[in-house]
Amino acid sequence: MSILVNANTRVVVQGLTGSAGTFHAKQMREYGTKVVGGVTPGKGGTVHEDFPIFDTVAEAVAATGANASVIFVPPHGAADGILEAAGAGVEVIVCITEGIPVLDMVRARRALEGKKCRLIGPNCPGVITPGAAKLGIMPGYIHKPGSVGIVSRSGTLTYEAAFQITELGLGQSTAVGIGGDPVKGLDFIDCLALFERDEQTKAILLIGEIGGTSEEDAAAFIRANVRKPVAAFVAGLTAPPGRRMGHAGAIISGGKGKAADKIAALKEAGIAIAPTPADLGKTVVAMMK
Amino acid sequence: MKIHEYQAKTLLGKFGLPVPMGIAVLKVGDAAAAAEQIIQATQNQTVVVKAQIHAGGRGKGGGVKVVRGAAGAQAAAEKIFGRPLVTHQTGPEGRIVNRLLIEQGISIARELYASVLVDRGRNRVVVMVSAAGGMEIEEVAAKSPASILMEHVDPAVGLAAYQARNLAYALGLKADAAKSATSFLLKLYQSFVALDASLVEINPLVVTSDDRVLALDCKMTFDDNALDKHKELAEMRDFDEEDPTEREARAFDLSFIKLDGSIGCMVNGAGLAMATMDIIKFFGGSPANFLDVGGGASKEKVTAAFKILTADRSVKGIFVNIFGGIMKCDVIAGGIIAAVGEIGLRVPLVVRLAGTNVELGSKMLKESGLPITTATDMADGARRIVELVSGRKN
Repeated sequence: MSILVNANTRVVVQGLTGSAGTFHAKQMREYGTKVVGGVTPGKGGTVHEDFPIFDTVAEAVAATGANASVIFVPPHGAADGILEAAGAGVEVIVCITEGIPVLDMVRARRALEGKKCRLIGPNCPGVITPGAAKLGIMPGYIHKPGSVGIVSRSGTLTYEAAFQITELGLGQSTAVGIGGDPVKGLDFIDCLALFERDEQTKAILLIGEIGGTSEEDAAAFIRANVRKPVAAFVAGLTAPPGRRMGHAGAIISGGKGKAADKIAALKEAGIAIAPTPADLGKTVVAMMK
Repeated sequence: MKIHEYQAKTLLGKFGLPVPMGIAVLKVGDAAAAAEQIIQATQNQTVVVKAQIHAGGRGKGGGVKVVRGAAGAQAAAEKIFGRPLVTHQTGPEGRIVNRLLIEQGISIARELYASVLVDRGRNRVVVMVSAAGGMEIEEVAAKSPASILMEHVDPAVGLAAYQARNLAYALGLKADAAKSATSFLLKLYQSFVALDASLVEINPLVVTSDDRVLALDCKMTFDDNALDKHKELAEMRDFDEEDPTEREARAFDLSFIKLDGSIGCMVNGAGLAMATMDIIKFFGGSPANFLDVGGGASKEKVTAAFKILTADRSVKGIFVNIFGGIMKCDVIAGGIIAAVGEIGLRVPLVVRLAGTNVELGSKMLKESGLPITTATDMADGARRIVELVSGRKN
């Protein structure tokens, strides 16, 4: 098996007719993902690059049986896009959009409370189950089906991890990029719980970065609930306090969110730490022996 | 984005929040007239001259003077204006004071603390108060965490009046002061949301000797992602407070932060960019910057990024670390070749490419005939650039 997405996942792409939406919808389809349609208000009834386009997500779901969505809507409308997908009963919502105002996400998170959907992102590369489904912007070919579950706050660092694991001959069960924003959907512990229950996943690689306390929370969760081997890397040991390092969530503020504290918490929970980002794959492999 | 205290207080005033009467002074010669105007209006000879820079600790650094009369204000202004002010947040070189705020003196009974920010762990806005006003909240949190009181806000409802009362009474306020504080906190939350702020901090929030509540100082920062919605805020940006290189980078939509090392980095993705800084340090070097060219950079953007790095005289070597996804390695290679062709290369350059179109990108670099060292992976690249810059083998 895998987590979150598999070969039966039926995907609608919100904002498919935009340039990023078009490019990645085609890439996802080429990878073998069942992309069943797109949503762009005002373009319903048209066909774009052989994808049927709908005015609303509700119409797309009714017509295609879509159960997942990937959002490429520009920042000011993206939080609304998340709510629209949730309102239409979509189960897995992947929001790629970068630059959504934090308070828009605070309101969106509140509106999602009690709903059955799972939100991944925003500001994330998406989720891939190699050989089955790619919902996002990651290059497909660096992945291969396998037994390592990856969960990461960073995009390209996730690619680095997947690539290293593939080169070592292992492969991934599912790789989830949860995104670099302070207020987001799934966090480390949600994905850790899913990987722990997933039979295909034999080991987990967690990639964190400065800002917030998600890594510390993950360490406590792993200690109490995860029996599978876990390796980790935390980016930003050399990041200065008070400066936002690209991601809206990556900032050391008020003495909290330092990489060293996160690494210490993870180590204490028995997690193997990759000494450098070039050792992500090796560290997981060593844990599996 | 950060703004100055006087700008923040103007915004607070628009939301009906009480602030001392004050006048911003951009030319030092205007200080006496501003002070005189305040003295006339308040019938109080005591005025305060406050340096306006984007850093905390101004009082301890000597940037805040309580004086009497217009002449006193003028004298204090001349001591502060146009000179560097050093605080624990500015670094040893300090910041040049180009703006002053002249304010009425306030008779203070108590100093409290109030702030509004996003609690990312709870996905909620939180309103925070403490009875220990005037101290840095980090210090309060470390010494007496129990004295910090919080109310998390349901965004569907907003800060409820009872929550504001909870905080006001927990601060030990009574009667009129409690009412005044309750109203203050409700309006403070409204301003935070209406402005898409990421932090509004009132420290100290003072209770005056006649039981009114007033924002004696105010720090505001805004969510960069929401600035499009607030054109009036964009005008408050003070370019003198920003690193010119960081400003130039922003114009090209590059995420750049100057650091104090000697190895310039150009990377795609924030996490990988931080990890690249870390691995340089791991091999004994030190990064000169954080630079994320983003996910879908064009050749022009790469060229601009490269120019920014080479223009920095503290950069003794450059490490380009790219994992192509959407970003194609040949585009990166093209940008580097164009930039070097235009401005030359005065320091060693190590390039590590991986991912989409890596063969084509590597071939382009090789055929360019430029003195570029190519690396097989991230560790190899970091090791090589550290060697080239330090002149020693690892």
